[in-house]
Amino acid sequence: MTVGEAIVVTSGKGGVGKTTTSANVGTALALLGKKVCMVDTDIGLRNLDVVMGLENRIIYDLVDVAEGNCRLAQALIKDKRFDHLYLLPAAQTRDKDAVSPEKLKEMVDELKRDFDYVIIDCPAGIEQGFRNAVAGADQAIVVTTPENSAVRDADRIIGLLEKSDLRQPKLVINRIRPHMVKSGNMLDIDEICSILSIDLLGIVPDDENIIKGANSGEPTVMNPDTPASIAYRNIARRILGDTVPLMVLEDKPGLFKKIRKWFGLGK
Amino acid sequence: MSAVKDLVTIKGVKDGLIFILDEHCDYEDLIRELEYKLENSHQRLLSGAEIKVHIRTSNRIMSDKDKERICGIIGRSGNLIVASIDNEPVRKRKSGLKVHTGVVRSGQILEHDGDMMLLGDLNPGGIIRTSGSLFVMGALRGMAHAGKDGDTMAVIAASYMRPTQLRIADVVSRPPDEWDISDAQMEFAYLVDGVMKIDRISQFCHVRPDLFSS
Repeated sequence: MTVGEAIVVTSGKGGVGKTTTSANVGTALALLGKKVCMVDTDIGLRNLDVVMGLENRIIYDLVDVAEGNCRLAQALIKDKRFDHLYLLPAAQTRDKDAVSPEKLKEMVDELKRDFDYVIIDCPAGIEQGFRNAVAGADQAIVVTTPENSAVRDADRIIGLLEKSDLRQPKLVINRIRPHMVKSGNMLDIDEICSILSIDLLGIVPDDENIIKGANSGEPTVMNPDTPASIAYRNIARRILGDTVPLMVLEDKPGLFKKIRKWFGLGK
Repeated sequence: MSAVKDLVTIKGVKDGLIFILDEHCDYEDLIRELEYKLENSHQRLLSGAEIKVHIRTSNRIMSDKDKERICGIIGRSGNLIVASIDNEPVRKRKSGLKVHTGVVRSGQILEHDGDMMLLGDLNPGGIIRTSGSLFVMGALRGMAHAGKDGDTMAVIAASYMRPTQLRIADVVSRPPDEWDISDAQMEFAYLVDGVMKIDRISQFCHVRPDLFSS
């Protein structure tokens, strides 16, 4: 029996787009025909259900499963827009320490038997919530934005991931504004990669459609033509092992040639 | 016997005597010669008015007990009063270089007693502390502290020097207020009279010619 892969989406800093990335990468993988389960581990501050538009269908949550109030399968919410997309929501009324890392690992291991991909949405910070989210993961995606503070926190997180044996996490740089990078007012991608020195999984431009999608409960990736949607689809394809060139955010040729080459190497 | 170097040299200065004790010989030999000189050859010192004695031991590593014993021998003679004993040996450099591979990331601390070479980067928010010198074969963007136990001869070298902060012994320095950094050159930081300076690595042999010669 083949076992699926659990991927944790983390960042350290809050507000850089972990939940958005989880929702869109999960949805994109489902669009590509994979069986996907998204797990929200942000107990007390759950968001993933809202972004996915599944909030009103929650009956049981992750803490209920951990405490034995229901079976794991009962807590899973099926997203009816897709064949195989499920969500395990977090509890909103409890705290991070309502679940132990061991318990979460148990759940993720169980999910891995039924799904190709288990996408774990990690809370901000490096405390219990982070340890919970990381416990069951086989792979990690680190999300950062082109800001010094976000890069600093991503670096810290990569250090902690390496310590918990999640070696070689992959990097997603979110919310890039091409004109600001060009004018030198935003950290450029080369610089971020050279500091963090991990493989780049993808870059996502700052896109108003993301906000629109999050508010209407429809992940951007369902809409095929927006720049962010294309970026997330590319990321999903790279997770499946395809070689997809990095998006060119500006018409300037050769701007990301270097990284493209790097990605080819890092795969 | 004249070819043998004196283990104990006694010099007269304005306010008394200086006893210069050899730093390399066996401790017991030193004591024997000190006793011999005081009791035999230099007995004339022991008569007369009180004389202040300053003891210089250079780099000999001595315990408090060792120091007391020497003070006791000198004090035994009555009119000699030990005014000072200076013994601040420069920490013996640990031989061998500790090599660490990997990136030292934000929030990580690497400490080592001795010299260290890092094959990787030191990122902002990361810290390396060594009692000796530090050589970074990568980008130094974080905080590096060499000579943490007070060794002012320690240096910090990096292929790409963009530190948040550098410290050598007790001196703290941060770029670019105090020194300029050049591009694409391996550089090293060192102390001159308590002030941090940065220079190209090619100058190392002029600045610290003896650092690695035993």
